[in-house]
Amino acid sequence: METILVLAHTEADGTLARSAREALHAARALNKAIAGSQLLVGLIGENIQAAADSIAACPATKFFGVSGADFTVSRYATDAAAAAAICQAAQATIVVVPATSRWNRVLPGVAQRLGGRVDTHVTGLTEAGGQPAINRWYYRQRMEATISRTQRPWFIAIDPGSQPACECGAGTATVASVAVNLTEADQRTEVIGTREPKADAQTIRPDAHLLFVTGAGWTKKQADGQTHVPEAEKIILEFLKHTRASLGSSKSLVDLGGEGQAVLPFLSHLNQIGQTGSTPRHAKGLSTCCHGEEPHTVGWRFINERRAISLDPNCGWARGKADVLYVADAFKVMVKLNELLGQ
Amino acid sequence: MNTAYQIVVCAGIVPDPLQTLEPVLSPTGPALKNEMMLPAVLDPWAGHALYEAANLAKNAPGSKVWLVSLGPKAKLQQVMMTVAQKVPFELVALDGPASGFTEAAEVAAALTEAIQTIPGLDKSKLLVFGGWESASRGAGATMQMVGERLGIVDQFQGVDQLTVGADGSLEILERIEGGKHQVSKCAGPPALLGWATGNLPEPKNNPQIGMTNMRTVMPALQKAKPTKLAGEGLAFASVTLPKQLRETKVVKDKSPEEIAAEIAEWINK
Ligand SMILES: Cc1cc2nc3c(=O)[nH]c(=O)nc-3n(C[C@H](O)[C@H](O)[C@H](O)COP(=O)(O)OP(=O)(O)OC[C@H]3O[C@@H](n4cnc5c(N)ncnc54)[C@H](O)[C@@H]3O)c2cc1C
Repeated sequence: METILVLAHTEADGTLARSAREALHAARALNKAIAGSQLLVGLIGENIQAAADSIAACPATKFFGVSGADFTVSRYATDAAAAAAICQAAQATIVVVPATSRWNRVLPGVAQRLGGRVDTHVTGLTEAGGQPAINRWYYRQRMEATISRTQRPWFIAIDPGSQPACECGAGTATVASVAVNLTEADQRTEVIGTREPKADAQTIRPDAHLLFVTGAGWTKKQADGQTHVPEAEKIILEFLKHTRASLGSSKSLVDLGGEGQAVLPFLSHLNQIGQTGSTPRHAKGLSTCCHGEEPHTVGWRFINERRAISLDPNCGWARGKADVLYVADAFKVMVKLNELLGQ
Repeated sequence: MNTAYQIVVCAGIVPDPLQTLEPVLSPTGPALKNEMMLPAVLDPWAGHALYEAANLAKNAPGSKVWLVSLGPKAKLQQVMMTVAQKVPFELVALDGPASGFTEAAEVAAALTEAIQTIPGLDKSKLLVFGGWESASRGAGATMQMVGERLGIVDQFQGVDQLTVGADGSLEILERIEGGKHQVSKCAGPPALLGWATGNLPEPKNNPQIGMTNMRTVMPALQKAKPTKLAGEGLAFASVTLPKQLRETKVVKDKSPEEIAAEIAEWINK
């Protein structure tokens, strides 16, 4: 019999993120599909009661929690101890978590500690022949596999954005508190805070509808034999202002910074999309001045509608990577587009 | 405070990202078509870990870098021909599969065993580095398990920066959601860091470093321990390429105004 445990951590304000509700949705679907399985919830955070109450109407039969000041921050040692304690208290055989940076850091270690196995970046959780099965991608989103495992506990981290969120309502949840004995060694690391660009310079917006990708073409010599980097900067920032799109980049463009060339100051490696960058999820994506090579476009796996503007009719986008390729000068098109969007 | 570190970098090898990859079913499970023929490179994020390790070692006299790598011996040798020219390290090689379809827990067990054979390993100086995800399995799981096996609970993933404080503490920047970094301070070694891109460019080839490295690389390859990964309890029901390509509409003869209008409509839809 499978005991399915959904593990979630609270956000800084004590709420549950959408990704936690997505994990809960996936776990509940599995729970329904596997006869005789039970569904449990485990929560970690400074105060967890409000989070538990917010999903109290979910079909879980029991809530477990680890709370206290030590569990406010995202830190390997304390998170591992808390997660392991809840998994043991719940006697979980399947542990489903949202693949947040906090869980990604610690989950494989917890699996190791409890003699289990782990799968991360899971995009589907299903039942096959009475057993759980998962989908995940290999070789940076180049191929998709369906796999199952006999080992338990089996830890499964669900990629945010890959599932619908559960709509369980609020109520009053009874949470069984799980004790965790921390040692001094668990507190050798102090989490100091977060560092981020100033509000208006923050160009990475995971919740945006549109991903706007800039390629190295923006810094290359144009038809007049000159580069136009300041102009490119102005066009790009104005477009972001109008659309609130998330800004992505090709590797070539963000690498220029390291090579001492004139570059766009608001771009860093965090903006990079692709093989050695990120694979974000957005409904639409618009690529500009980027060649659409495979190491770049593997990062577009989860962008639904794709359009590109490039001078090169034979670029990668033309070969089945985009829905529409506009063979045109992005400088000219984007200036016009900004005019339209600004009206 | 000057600490001499023992930095162990775990780095696998992967097919060159510019190659087209196709899955096939082999008697031992899924594999890549012509896997042994595909040119290989050092796993990119693990490569960043190696360059960061070398940089840290350079700035902390008395430090040393080991590179622990599991892969088919012949492929490892091919990759080492270039990697050995980049930065000084001593290779610890394991002869086994480099496939993305292998089991992370088994790889972690093999890597840990290899790390433990390093003579004179001192946990109070130990920093274990690796990539935060591979370009093959892409799981971001192996390093944490290595850390657990070595008893290291100061672990960091998606690291972009490590700064050693005057008191020997380690300030670490890890990638978190929304283009932000979490800043942590760890008292000192032992610690485990899974690197993202870091801040260093790929070092230029230096034949002199290559010559020095090769003195230990070749013997290490010769005595590379054969390593079997059974994939126990793991079953692949299918491995498939994504459903075929999109039908790209190539628009060539429209004016910037027309294109802008079309895109504006699409964005606002
Ligand atoms: C190990 C490895 C990992 C990699 N990882 C990544 C990764 O994560 N992400 C990534 O992006 N790449 C990655 N790459 C690099 C990748 O192979 C390409 O080199 C890179 O994506 C090219 O960037 P680009 O398209 O911006 O630049 P270019 O190839 O220089 O293309 C520029 C494009 O801009 C167009 N252009 C120029 N001016 C204009 C204009 N006025 N209007 C319209 N179009 C214009 C040109 O026609 C051209 O198509 C990786 C490579 C390796 C080897």
